[in-house]
Amino acid sequence: MQATHAPFTVNHMVHYQTRLDATFAALSDVTRRGVLEQLGGSNASITDLAQRFHMTLTGMKKHVSILEQAGLVTTEKVGRVRTCKLGPSRLEEEAAWIEQHRQLWSTRFDALDELVEHLKCKEKADAHRKRR
Amino acid sequence: MPTEKEGSPTVALNRTAVERKSDLELVVTRRFNAPAHIVFEAWSNPELFKRWWVPKSAGLTLLSCDMDVRTGGTYRLVFRHPMSDQPMAFFGTYQDVTPNERIVWTNEESDQGAVTTVTFEENAGETLVTLHERYPTKAALDEALAGSAEALPEQFAQLDELLTSRS
Repeated sequence: MQATHAPFTVNHMVHYQTRLDATFAALSDVTRRGVLEQLGGSNASITDLAQRFHMTLTGMKKHVSILEQAGLVTTEKVGRVRTCKLGPSRLEEEAAWIEQHRQLWSTRFDALDELVEHLKCKEKADAHRKRR
Repeated sequence: MPTEKEGSPTVALNRTAVERKSDLELVVTRRFNAPAHIVFEAWSNPELFKRWWVPKSAGLTLLSCDMDVRTGGTYRLVFRHPMSDQPMAFFGTYQDVTPNERIVWTNEESDQGAVTTVTFEENAGETLVTLHERYPTKAALDEALAGSAEALPEQFAQLDELLTSRS
């Protein structure tokens, strides 16, 4: 009984599923998790990250590219330096969905509340009438 | 349910909470200031049910509402949505109905439908309604969430309209 289950959500869903897969794949590597932790503290260039994790520039570029595809990291090239920072979080997106779902139920239950209040008053009035 | 100290008691009373319990489960809770038999009546009598189930702002028209709320009984709700030429039917079976206590139903329009359990717990004249949805897969729950998220901007626009026309 999901009245608001729109028929055009399948595309959205396929999208989301693909992105989630990318997220989990990106998080399955210890270096990439380290990079995320690092970027949680402050933005860094690919050169910085390569040095910090004792890797070649090419190796780090590959990790950053995987994180970027998963939307976990965004990069911006200014001059010759590519700076990496944390991307928008999937958890935030899920929280937003839960909140919207809550608002749907809230709307529904507010209407139920109003009806229940009305029924309660009616029941009281009926009982009162019977007693007289 | 957490106690809410801030705000008036009415605010706390009317709070609808949604929690994702696991990859497959979603739980919605809400307290009503009425005994359980009244809330159950509003949930199990089709004439009353259709007055609150479809949010006025959802843009959906309820074409028919057949509900046989008893264990083994079935329901069928048919909607029309302006975005779709074909009416949409939602149907399923009541797996367990205990009057004034609980209703368990299935969603059978696809094999990804949830099994929903709603319980009514009365305490000091108030009723705590707990709605527990269990989806067969994580993808199905995600889709249900995304579906309600997409339906909402439209819902809010229409709610706005309704509130404006009332004031």
